Amino acid sequence: MIPEIGHYALILALCVSVVLGSLPIYGAAVGNSMLMSVAKPAARGQFLLILLAFCCLGYAFADKDFSVLYVAATSNSQLPLHYRLAAIWGAHEGSLLLWVFILSIWMVAVSFFSTHLPEAMRARILGVMGLVSMGFILFMLTVSNPFERLIPAALDGRDLNPLLQDPGMVIHPPMLYMGYVGFSVAFAFAIAALLGGTLDATWARWSRPWTTVAWCFLTVGVAMGSGWAYYELGWGGWWFWDPVENASFMPWLAGTALIHSLAVTDKRGGFKAWSVLLAIFAFSLSLLGTFLVRSGVLTSVHAFATDPKRGLFILVFLAVVIGGSLILYAWRAPRVGLGGGFSMVSREGMLMANNVLLVAALGSVLLGTLYPLFLDALDLGKISVGPPYFDTVFVPLMTPAIFLMGIGPLAQWKKASLPELATRLRWAFGVSLVTALALPLAMGQWTPLISLGLMMAIWIVTTSAVGLRERLAHADGSSLLGRLAAVPRAYWGMLLAHCGVALFIIGVTMVKGFEVEQDLRMNVGETATIGGYTFQFDGTQQYKGPNYIAARGTFRVSQDGREVTVMYPEKRRYNVQNQTMTEAAISPGLLRDLYVSLGEPLDDGAWSVRLYHKPFIDWIWGGCLVMAVGGVLAISDRRYRLAWRRKEVDVPAATQMARQTVS
Amino acid sequence: MRWLLAVILLIPGLAVAEEAKPLADNPVAEARLKALAVELRCLVCQNQTLADSNAPLAEDLRREVREMIAKDMSDQEIIDFLVERYGDFVLYRPRWKVSTTLLWLGPFLLLIAGATALVLALRRRQKKLVDVALSEEERTRVAQLLSEGANRL
Amino acid sequence: MNRFLIPFGVFVVVVGFLAVGLTLNPRELPSPLVGRPAPDFSLPQLHDQGKVLSSNDLKGKVWLLNFWASWCGGCKEEHPVLIHLAQSGEVPIYGMDYKDTREEALTWLRQWGNPYLVVAVDALGRVGINYGVYGVPETYVIDKAGVIRYKQIGPLREDILQEKILPLVRELQNQ
Repeated sequence: MIPEIGHYALILALCVSVVLGSLPIYGAAVGNSMLMSVAKPAARGQFLLILLAFCCLGYAFADKDFSVLYVAATSNSQLPLHYRLAAIWGAHEGSLLLWVFILSIWMVAVSFFSTHLPEAMRARILGVMGLVSMGFILFMLTVSNPFERLIPAALDGRDLNPLLQDPGMVIHPPMLYMGYVGFSVAFAFAIAALLGGTLDATWARWSRPWTTVAWCFLTVGVAMGSGWAYYELGWGGWWFWDPVENASFMPWLAGTALIHSLAVTDKRGGFKAWSVLLAIFAFSLSLLGTFLVRSGVLTSVHAFATDPKRGLFILVFLAVVIGGSLILYAWRAPRVGLGGGFSMVSREGMLMANNVLLVAALGSVLLGTLYPLFLDALDLGKISVGPPYFDTVFVPLMTPAIFLMGIGPLAQWKKASLPELATRLRWAFGVSLVTALALPLAMGQWTPLISLGLMMAIWIVTTSAVGLRERLAHADGSSLLGRLAAVPRAYWGMLLAHCGVALFIIGVTMVKGFEVEQDLRMNVGETATIGGYTFQFDGTQQYKGPNYIAARGTFRVSQDGREVTVMYPEKRRYNVQNQTMTEAAISPGLLRDLYVSLGEPLDDGAWSVRLYHKPFIDWIWGGCLVMAVGGVLAISDRRYRLAWRRKEVDVPAATQMARQTVS
Repeated sequence: MRWLLAVILLIPGLAVAEEAKPLADNPVAEARLKALAVELRCLVCQNQTLADSNAPLAEDLRREVREMIAKDMSDQEIIDFLVERYGDFVLYRPRWKVSTTLLWLGPFLLLIAGATALVLALRRRQKKLVDVALSEEERTRVAQLLSEGANRL
Repeated sequence: MNRFLIPFGVFVVVVGFLAVGLTLNPRELPSPLVGRPAPDFSLPQLHDQGKVLSSNDLKGKVWLLNFWASWCGGCKEEHPVLIHLAQSGEVPIYGMDYKDTREEALTWLRQWGNPYLVVAVDALGRVGINYGVYGVPETYVIDKAGVIRYKQIGPLREDILQEKILPLVRELQNQ
């Protein structure tokens, strides 16, 4: 009964989305206020219906209803409740429902926080989001129904993939989707602007907070995915340039470029058409990612069970949505006026150079991801493009971008002078260079790459300090605290986000440069020393989990004779799918992670064991978190808070018409 | 008899915790295997390196590579051996061929194209934005507005 | 040309490739050995352990080499096709028992029938690696000069046999 209610809720949501996708947009085109006012209630109604459908599916999981095909395929009676609920998004159909659910959350958020927008704009934005959701709900109802019944019902389910039975599974997909799907708001803003013809700096100002929030979520989502792979997969890696990982990273790169481009458009009205195009790109990449993961076109550890029929539906949907947007862009963008001019050496110039580099990096990742497909389609053979390619190509493109990160915030708008910038930055450059060259030598190992990484990170920090000091020197206020308080939050946000990047770079550089690994055979009582820590193996015991049996090893770790921690790596066999999994033991720390992974039991009662000492690895994800916090700080800036509090602007019709003709 | 007991009890105390031995018989060769294996693809897995995979074929291939290292074959020879049998698919670092030129040059071309587009866009913009000279009337108006503003402060 | 149409143009090209990609199988690996000499092997036979099957002995005729194992599900699937082909006598089929145990292999053949003239034992899978085998079953068509002419990845189906393999075999036999 409950699954049927969920199913009907989806059908109703489809009807509402059709209404939402048509009437308000038409109303905005002809100026009919009544039709436009349909948008808000329709968006909220759709949210409630999707929420109902989502809860019904959750209920089916909680209730262990194996007469629902999807529940039977991804759950099991032995699975603990929190994983049963996380299994909602454990496979294709349910994750689509999550996609639409999160889209409806963003829709309802836009419906609430858009009082400062002109009615036509809001109508178009919600309308576009309604059209997107219509496509996904239709997809679900036709070829990917999560509520499909299994008759006769299964006695028990096939269980959730053991790799997914983990806290990371509970948070990573929702975070990722909040980001991914959140770019639909920036997309809707862009399309609304193109449809309405009002493409000016205010559009960028409205669009910025939405884009930044989505970007924050995506940053956390991607970082979580990486962290999860690190501790779950058992071999200590954290990024593999796998097609699905790239599918989430490319929207992030586009989103980062978009945030910076919107800054130019907002402040100086320049590059409006480019910002719109980038917003379309960002969401297109989200949709492309959705396609790649579910169509079977690329091989990946993360891919859902693939079906070319589903792939075809998504491809057609993609073609219509993105193709339509790009045609609209080609039609309307030429009429967009130019903003203020600026020279190549200026803050705008550097921001746009940042965009060029980010888009080149993005293009390279896309090229590498799709290239095997290109060659195969042209019958030119099968190749693999993996980490060696991406690492070789990505770092040289990002390095100049990071270098610019130090100069850009200090450059003046419109026109800056290179010699003047060089003077202001010379001690920052000197400090970065010297420290970066000296530090690895002090730590015992010097390679050019380590120095480059350190130099980039220290460069960001020192130039941020220079920028802050200059800003404080020019601020009003007598005391230091007063002047610090006068610095707007947006600036702190930028500083924090950039320093987050520095932390990330330090993490990556130190781990890649100084990580130590040992592959050993350990008998009970034997010890091994790595990175200054001594590990003693105390043997294994059998341990029974809720749906698995494990051999749990005990490792006592000491440093300089003092015991530091005890670590319990496991080798689990899950009962239902009979899959063996390695659960590594990690001792996290601010300056290092200790990582122990059990291999196989060997003949004489010994075990093959892998030990790692990974310095600074948590700075990788810590840096990403700091980036996201920076983003949040930036949106909490005064001007946005004031904008939200302001009531809906009552613009006389004449002015509105005037705005539409001036382009 | 008591001294015998004392000695027997002391013996465990004399045993020092033994240092674990490396898993591989030849750590140097193993390190070379690892360096090669992270660039090779496990053919039966869903995108994993030869180093990380537990699949039977991956173990067989690691064994083959180990034997080739023991026979003093160079890295290039080992890679050629595998490519001869499995094709370029087994390499994670695509070889430079006519068909992969676009792949390896692509990023660089994208950068050049982007930079060119930016420079051209800026030039086009400069041409369109001509600074308009103010007329006498407008100049007076500007002076008036500026003085009004100064009075208000 | 309107430069604003460039993004759309690039998009159309990408979608075109993705559409073609839906018809392809990214997991299937065509063999680089097609058109090259079949790697030599000399392995003990399954039934008569004292004897050896050597690829050199098979020069001068067109033959099929089928990699199989008793633990392989797909092999069971294609077995009727092989039996049927063996009965027709059009082309000799030689089996390569891949990473299997003797007992289980013999039992399997007894149970399901033996289409092979001779079965060789590749216990460690080394010959398989030489042939670029990455899963079972896989079947090779080898001509009189000992050159590999075709590789079938996965179970042999009757339609592939009739449409691709048998015509090729007949053509090679006439050379």
